[in-house]
Amino acid sequence: MNGNGNGAHGVGVNFPLKMTNRKVNVFYGEKHALKGVDLDVRANHVTALIGPSGCGKSTFLRCLNRMNDTIASCRVTGEIVLDGQDIYAKEIDVVQIRARVGMVFQKPNPFPKSIYENVAYGPRIHGLARGKPELDEIVSHSLKQAGLWNEVNDRLDEQGTGLSGGQQQRLCIARAIAVQPEVILMDEPCSALDPIATAKIEELIDELRKHYTIVIVTHSMQQAARVSQRTAFFHLGNLVEEGDTQTIFTNPKDERTQGYITGRFG
Amino acid sequence: MTEMAIGGPLEGEKRAASGIHTSEAAKLRLKSRYSAERRFKLYGIAAIVFALAALATLLFTILGNGVTAFQQTFVRIPISFEAEAIDTSGKRDIDELRRGDYAALIRSSLSKQFPDVTDRLGQRQLFGMFSAGAPDQLRDMVLAEPGVIGQTRDVWLYASSDVDMLNKGFIDRKTPEQSRRLSDRQISWVDTLASSKAIEKRFNARFFTGGDSREPELVGVWGAVVGSFFTLMVCLSLSLPLGIMAAIYLEEFAPKNRFTEIIEVNINNLAAVPSIVYGLLGLAVFIGFFGFPRSAPMVGGLVLALMSLPVMIIASRASIRAVPPSIREAALGLGASKVQTVLHHVLPLAMPGILTGTIIAMAHALGETAPLLMIGMVAFLVDIPSGPLQAATVLPVQVFMWADSAERGFVEKTSAGIMVLLVFLLAMNALAIFLRKKFERRW
Ligand SMILES: Nc1ncnc2c1ncn2[C@@H]1O[C@H](COP(=O)(O)OP(=O)(O)OP(=O)(O)O)[C@@H](O)[C@H]1O
Ligand SMILES: [Mg+2]
Repeated sequence: MNGNGNGAHGVGVNFPLKMTNRKVNVFYGEKHALKGVDLDVRANHVTALIGPSGCGKSTFLRCLNRMNDTIASCRVTGEIVLDGQDIYAKEIDVVQIRARVGMVFQKPNPFPKSIYENVAYGPRIHGLARGKPELDEIVSHSLKQAGLWNEVNDRLDEQGTGLSGGQQQRLCIARAIAVQPEVILMDEPCSALDPIATAKIEELIDELRKHYTIVIVTHSMQQAARVSQRTAFFHLGNLVEEGDTQTIFTNPKDERTQGYITGRFG
Repeated sequence: MTEMAIGGPLEGEKRAASGIHTSEAAKLRLKSRYSAERRFKLYGIAAIVFALAALATLLFTILGNGVTAFQQTFVRIPISFEAEAIDTSGKRDIDELRRGDYAALIRSSLSKQFPDVTDRLGQRQLFGMFSAGAPDQLRDMVLAEPGVIGQTRDVWLYASSDVDMLNKGFIDRKTPEQSRRLSDRQISWVDTLASSKAIEKRFNARFFTGGDSREPELVGVWGAVVGSFFTLMVCLSLSLPLGIMAAIYLEEFAPKNRFTEIIEVNINNLAAVPSIVYGLLGLAVFIGFFGFPRSAPMVGGLVLALMSLPVMIIASRASIRAVPPSIREAALGLGASKVQTVLHHVLPLAMPGILTGTIIAMAHALGETAPLLMIGMVAFLVDIPSGPLQAATVLPVQVFMWADSAERGFVEKTSAGIMVLLVFLLAMNALAIFLRKKFERRW
C-alpha cells in the first residue's frame, strides 16, 4: 500500500516547530505507558500517530494539552514544549494551554445543548467575543470552517445531540475551532463514521492545516497516508519511527513499522 | 488462537452427534426446566399479590375509619340573642361581647324547646349534647355581626362528639345505658331532633382549617400542616445546598485518599443511623447548647436536615456520577476550568436526579416522628404557628397524639390525619416521578 503525502516538504528544509517533546514518560500508577518519546510537531502540518492498539497513542496525544491531568493515577515526566514554553511547568495555567491546544475526541461528544450553544461555549468562557453580533460571527465562521454551516444554519437552536454521528463530529470540530486554538488534537475522529462522513472530515483536516497545526491518531493506514505529512509509529509505549509520511509508508527503516503498515502484525 | 480448535471432539460433542438434544431424556430435562420456570414465576406473582393485598387492607382500613371524619354532626336550634346575657351595658363593647355568657343563650333556648326537662341532671345532659365549642360559635357570630343582638335565629351548632358518634352509627343503642356514653334520654332527644330534621351531618371544614383541640369534634390538621411546612422549609433550605456542595466536592474535587474514603464510609453509615439518635443530638446541641426554643420547627428542621443530609449526599453523588465523563472531557478540552465544567455542564445535567432524590428525602422527613418527639414538638397546641420559631407540631406527631387519645371520636380523626399525610406524600412522590420523566436524558 503506497501512501502519498500531499504537500511539499523536501529534505533538508527547516520547518518551524510548533511543539517539541523530549523524553516524555507517562506512568499510570505502576504501569509505564510511554517510554521516552521524542517527537516534534511541525507548524501547519498534519502529524499522524499510528500503531497497534494500546501502544500509547492516545496517552501521548493527551499529554499535549494536559488532559492527562484529569486522571488521578497518571504521572508525566519529560519536556513538552509549545512555542518555547514547557506546558508542564509550574507557572503555566492549564486552562490557557487547553485553549491553545484544542481537542476532538474519538466519540463525538457534543453538549446536550443547542448547536449554537455548543460552538459559542468556548468563546464565551474565554471572553473572545464582545457582544452578541461578534459571537454570532464566530459561531457561523467556525461552523463554515467545519463544513457544517450549510446543513445546520437554519436550525442552530436545535439540540446538538440530535445531529447524525458525522455531523456531531464536525460540530465538535467547529466547537474546538471556535476557541481559535493553535494546535488541534484529534483522537480517531472518524472511527465512528461512515466513509462519506470520513471523507468530509479528511477534506476538512486538509483545509484546516492552513491555519492550524494538527495531530491526529488513526487506525487507518489509508487515512494517515491521505491526510498527514508526518507520521509517527508507536509500539508498546515506544516511538519506533517518525518521518515524512511518504517515507514511512514507502520505505520504513524499522521492520516493526514495515510489519505494521503491511498488516503483518497488529 | 487456532490451537483451541485442534484436538478431538469433547465427550458431549460426540454424543450431540447421536441426538443428545432430541433424545427422550433431553425432552424430560427440558420439561423440568420449563416447570421450574413456571414455579419461579408463580412465586413472584404470589409475592406481589400478597404485598398488594396488605397495602389494600391498610388503605381500606384507613379509608373506612377516616372518611367519616370529613363530616360532622350539627344540631339546629333557634337562638335568641338576648342582650342581658351578652351585652348588659348595651354599648356593643367588643371586650364585653367577648366575655358574654353564650352558654346561657343555648340553655335558655333548650329550656324553651324541651320544657318538660326540669331536673338538673336532665338539663345538664341536654346541654351536653352540644360541643364545648358551641358557645364560641355563637360568640364568633355576634362579633362578626353585632346586629344579631336582640334577634332570634336558627343556628347550626356543633354537636358533641358523643352525639356525633351516635349519628354516625358508632354507638350501639343496644348496649346497657350505664356502659354507654349517652343516656337513654339523650338518645330520645336526638331522635326527636332528627325527626324534625334539626340534626344533620355536614362537611367538616374545621378539620382542614383548625388547630388541635381537646374535643375530638373540634380538632383540625391545619396547625400541624403549617408546622410541617415550616419544618420542611428549614430542613430543605439547609440540606439541599449542603448536600449538593458536599456531593460535588466528593465526586469532582476530592483527592482519592484515605481521608476521603473514611468520610465516604461514614456518610453511608450516617444514612443508616436510627432517626431517634438525631433527635437526641438535636436536643443536646440545638436546644441544650445553642438554646433554641423547644418545640420549634426551626429545631425540628435542623434535626431533620442532619438526618436527610447523608441520603441527599448519596443521591446527589449518584446522579453526578451518572453524567457521562465525555461531557466533562469536552468542557475541559475547551479550556473550561474545573469549576466551570461542574457548574455549566455537570450540575445542570445532574439536577433532575438531585431534585428527585431531594423530594424523596423530604417525603421521608415529612413522615418522621421519633426525633421530633425528642425535641418536644409533641406539645398540645391550639394556635396555628406563624413562624419557624414558634411552638408547633407536625402531621405525623399530630396523628400520634390523636391515636394516643382515649375518646372514640379521635379514632376517625387519627385515620383522617393519616389520609392527609398520605395525600402530601403521594403528591411529593408524584412530583418526583414527574420530574424524572420530564428531564430523563438520552445521551
Ligand atoms: N486511565 C488509564 N489508567 C491506566 N492505564 C491506562 C489508562 N489509559 C490508558 N492506559 C494504559 O496505557 C496504555 C496505552 O493506552 P492508550 O489509550 O494510550 O493506547 P492507544 O494507543 O490509544 O490504543 P487504542 O488504539 O486502542 O486507542 C494501555 O496499555 C492502557 O492499558
Ligand atoms: Mg486511543
